[in-house]
Amino acid sequence: MRIELVKRPERSKLFSALSPFIAFALTVMAGAILFAALGKNPLAALYTYFIDPVTQVWQLHELAIKAAPLILIGVGLAVCYRANVWNIGAEGQFVIGAVTGSILPVMFPAATGWWVLPLMLVMGALGGAAYASIPAFLKTRFNTNEILTSLMLVYVAQLFLDWLVRGWWRDPQAYNFPQSVQFNPSAVLPELDPMAGRANWGFVFALVAAVLVWLMLSRMMKGFEIRVLGSSPRAGRFAGFRYSYMVFFAFLISGALAGLAGISEVSGAIGQLQPSISPGYGFTAIIVAFLGRLNPLGIVAAGLVLALTYLGGEAAQTALGISDKVARVFQGMLLFFVLASDTLIHYRIRFAGIGQKSTEAA
Amino acid sequence: MDITVNILLTIATAATPLLIAAIGELVVERSGVLNLGVEGMMIMGAVCGFGAAYLTGSPWIGVLAAIIAGALFSLLFAFMTLTLATNQVATGLSLTILGLGLSGMIGTNFVGLPGVRLPNLYIPGLSDIPVVGKLLFGQDPLFYVSIALVIAVSWFLFKTRKGLMLRSIGDSHSSAHALGIPVIAYRYLAVMFGGACAGLAGAHLSLVYTPQWVENMTAGRGWIALALVVFASWRPMRVLAGAYIFGAVWIGQLHAQAFGIPVPSQFLSALPYLATIVVLVLISRNKRLTMMNTPASLGQPFVPDR
Repeated sequence: MRIELVKRPERSKLFSALSPFIAFALTVMAGAILFAALGKNPLAALYTYFIDPVTQVWQLHELAIKAAPLILIGVGLAVCYRANVWNIGAEGQFVIGAVTGSILPVMFPAATGWWVLPLMLVMGALGGAAYASIPAFLKTRFNTNEILTSLMLVYVAQLFLDWLVRGWWRDPQAYNFPQSVQFNPSAVLPELDPMAGRANWGFVFALVAAVLVWLMLSRMMKGFEIRVLGSSPRAGRFAGFRYSYMVFFAFLISGALAGLAGISEVSGAIGQLQPSISPGYGFTAIIVAFLGRLNPLGIVAAGLVLALTYLGGEAAQTALGISDKVARVFQGMLLFFVLASDTLIHYRIRFAGIGQKSTEAA
Repeated sequence: MDITVNILLTIATAATPLLIAAIGELVVERSGVLNLGVEGMMIMGAVCGFGAAYLTGSPWIGVLAAIIAGALFSLLFAFMTLTLATNQVATGLSLTILGLGLSGMIGTNFVGLPGVRLPNLYIPGLSDIPVVGKLLFGQDPLFYVSIALVIAVSWFLFKTRKGLMLRSIGDSHSSAHALGIPVIAYRYLAVMFGGACAGLAGAHLSLVYTPQWVENMTAGRGWIALALVVFASWRPMRVLAGAYIFGAVWIGQLHAQAFGIPVPSQFLSALPYLATIVVLVLISRNKRLTMMNTPASLGQPFVPDR
């Protein structure tokens, strides 16, 4: 038996809507098999992983904390991927945004006032955008592959942060621990409802960003331009759209959002700089973007789902004694299944029998 | 003199995994498929190689397990991109993400265990020749495998009929299909060869370079291997040269750290990654060179119409 793809005359609306759900269902099923293989009761394990972490209000706040950076970054990446620009270095832009945003609270810890926080956020976004402009510049000026350059810059950014918190920016009162000073209260992103949980304004930023980018993509000329250049650069050139502008635009907007996510995370959830400030948000956001079908509103939902995989990983570690790496496995599987289900949008799948001779076999 | 020989030996050790992974990816890309999952396949090879060697006590079984693990893992990518025609960039990324997670899970119990090292070759007499003896006859077995792979791949691609067919598929899959060449079958084999090589490269890390299991021990080498293929403009001999240049950068920064050069160690550690960017820029700014050598169908999905 062999699998053949038959092109549909037009893209299937049904599967376009269904594919994220099919992917999630397949991931849960594969997860059950994985848990069974690890010698756990699959149903109980799935409950621990997917349901238990979101049964109480404070847990929903934790979900929002994890979802905020994923959504912010994912929305930016959706712009990139729609334009066929492959920024996979959002993790580095996140880190650099966190660093540039922290210049004020770390180097001028006495600065207080209402203006501190907005300035930090702006500087974070600018830092992320500036860092993202490096691969954009190399791509447009020298035709250098942006996948590899943006990815290499992730390692560079992480090493730079590592040096900062162990060297120049280390808190002298921290007994040699590699960390910066604690941000003063006016540099800390406020919590939404401190009585109920830890979620901070970062989640609101994420929702606002999603709506704004959705408006841009679906209602504005820029969104049309992105779609045209992404699906056919040639047609875009005839329409007078400049591909190199688009590369910069996509990188700058996704870099700015990743930088904003970085400074929001540091100023909100962490409160200081540390050697490691992200459990791979920049990479997980790639999955978020695809699971959300590159649609900012879908990305909000996808961000919550992937935030749940982080919480589930932590729960599996404490309750089941499984490595929290299981979260990465779930995330990888989810992306695989999303991409596989997306095939159904453009193709029908036909199972050809053994007896049939196809042209290729002959 | 001894110091020079030792430095050359360590450069070869650092270059070998890059070379093996890159030469495998070169064949994949020559067939027109872009597999960004090298890092994931490599780390799977590293963990499976370490595990099999530790459990059986034989590093050779470890090497075999790593090759099989890499090839099987790449089969997942092949099925997705070739049979289901998914986006190659995204699928390759998911292979890397899955590989990093899966290897972390498999390796949970291996952390901190003493490793088994693949013994160096030693030929009495020949290995004792001063200077060249150790360089030519006293290295780890995978060093010789890596050199043999470069020669074999070079010969296969440019001197055999099947190699010509593979390159023609990479340059125009529809023309190749029209000529009756089984495009998908060739690509399946190419991807699995690339996976086996990436797995072997991972085994070199966990059985030779640092014989132990450390999470994320590939440290971006899979990505550097991908960059090497571009740097080499898809030529096997240039991959060899590139891998040794990168091996030298990698070892150079380690020695600089050891000598206590008054530059923060993080800056030195960043050098291989920065060097990758610089090299990519230097190569890709030459438009004619890249245009002439890039397989024309690279990264494009192919669905045979029947």
